[in-house]
Amino acid sequence: MAPVTHLDIDIIRKDYRRVDSSPATTPVIENLGISVASGEFVCLVGASGCGKTTLLNLVAGLDQDYTGTIRCGIKPRLGYVFQNPRLLPWRTVQENIELALPPDHDPGYVDHLFEIVGLKEARALYPERLSVGMSRRAALVRAFAVNPDLLLMDEPLVSLDPPTARRIRELIIRLWKERPHTVLFVTHDLAEAVELADRLVFLSSSPARLLADIPIETPREQRNADHLEKFRQKLRDSHPELLALM
Amino acid sequence: MTRSLLTPLLSILALLALWQAVAVTANSALLPPPGMVFDLLGQEILSGRLPHHLGITLARLGLSFTIALLLGTVIGIALGRHARVDRFFDSWLVIALNIPALVTIILCYVWFGLVEAAAITAVVLNKLPNVVVTLREGTRHLNRDLLEMAEVFGFGRIKTLRHVIWPQLFPFVITAARTGLALIWKIILVVELLGRSDGMGYQLHLFFQMFDVAGILAYSMAFILVVQIIEWVLLRPLDRQAQRWRR
Repeated sequence: MAPVTHLDIDIIRKDYRRVDSSPATTPVIENLGISVASGEFVCLVGASGCGKTTLLNLVAGLDQDYTGTIRCGIKPRLGYVFQNPRLLPWRTVQENIELALPPDHDPGYVDHLFEIVGLKEARALYPERLSVGMSRRAALVRAFAVNPDLLLMDEPLVSLDPPTARRIRELIIRLWKERPHTVLFVTHDLAEAVELADRLVFLSSSPARLLADIPIETPREQRNADHLEKFRQKLRDSHPELLALM
Repeated sequence: MTRSLLTPLLSILALLALWQAVAVTANSALLPPPGMVFDLLGQEILSGRLPHHLGITLARLGLSFTIALLLGTVIGIALGRHARVDRFFDSWLVIALNIPALVTIILCYVWFGLVEAAAITAVVLNKLPNVVVTLREGTRHLNRDLLEMAEVFGFGRIKTLRHVIWPQLFPFVITAARTGLALIWKIILVVELLGRSDGMGYQLHLFFQMFDVAGILAYSMAFILVVQIIEWVLLRPLDRQAQRWRR
């Protein structure tokens, strides 16, 4: 079993240059500190375009142009579900997943993943043949197949029809329980976040700052529509400004 | 299939008919009718002269084509990936693109002598800037999302090059190869005409001195046909193979 890692994010400032050549910059993230415990499932909630994707890219090490620190206990094996599936169109689904696999992967687990996401029949297809939902599921398989210590997910369920989205949410929780890993899940959908997370971290819009950090203690099996309504009510009382974001 | 072949076939027949009509009307040695040219073509093939010179020219073509494509691809990728290097060399490239082919050829012969290496170098130098520009464009348009994906999942250099970068560059390589083939075989004849004692260009030069139009036409037809065959049996299938994942 892979070692799981905690994650300490402490970003002082992340700027975006407005135009490539101009020196003018806009802060995207400012004074943002988030600590995620080993094996914890944290949802980052904020309006679209508030810098959540940028934050994930910083954590993934894709963007190193910022002031601050991002630390993990170990050098984590990363899984990343991007907002778009980012499959190589010229490789089959199977090849796309195989390319991402580390040498010590467990082929049985990959088969298992294909089986439970319902893509067993699609393994030999090229991505252009897949529906949006299938592509997203393939991207999920890829991220889980590497057996990540740290899993980053950037609105992986956006633009899916509600039944498919619900099924995939259940899958994500099931896989997370099967092989524990630390999760940062970005979403702008409060209901989705409340269903999935151990803890919600609310971010403000440009620049992204920490607005609230709210744990959810109710066991996942008891989180129904009723629970969501109660959560909303509680949020309305304690942080009325947050609901305006959603 | 038969329909798509019918039109080009009719068009070629029409061209031959037009040629025949003009030749008969003109009734001059300067424009022999198609039948005479085909006769000569047959004789030259049977005598082994045409295959000999054609073989030599094709060998030069293959060698210079390969060198230009390999070198141009490497330089093009480098320029496409490093903006500063690109800015520095951009004006060199513009100059290189605008040097007339004839100037490069003459200079190569003057500097290196009337040798095979000079001929090959001249052809390579003529084709190189074109490959560089095409591949630079291809590299600039590499999909960043996919490169990031490869980085996150730890593909490493070799896997990234083979599975992420190369499939995106391949169409540009094919384009460079196609335009390259068309360009190179025109240049190579001039190179041979100016400084070699064999090859199609040399033969055309001989025919020119003797005002042998039938010879010129027969050799040209053979050459055009061979270059077309290269396109059909090599480049097109390669292109199709590379595009097989498209819906």
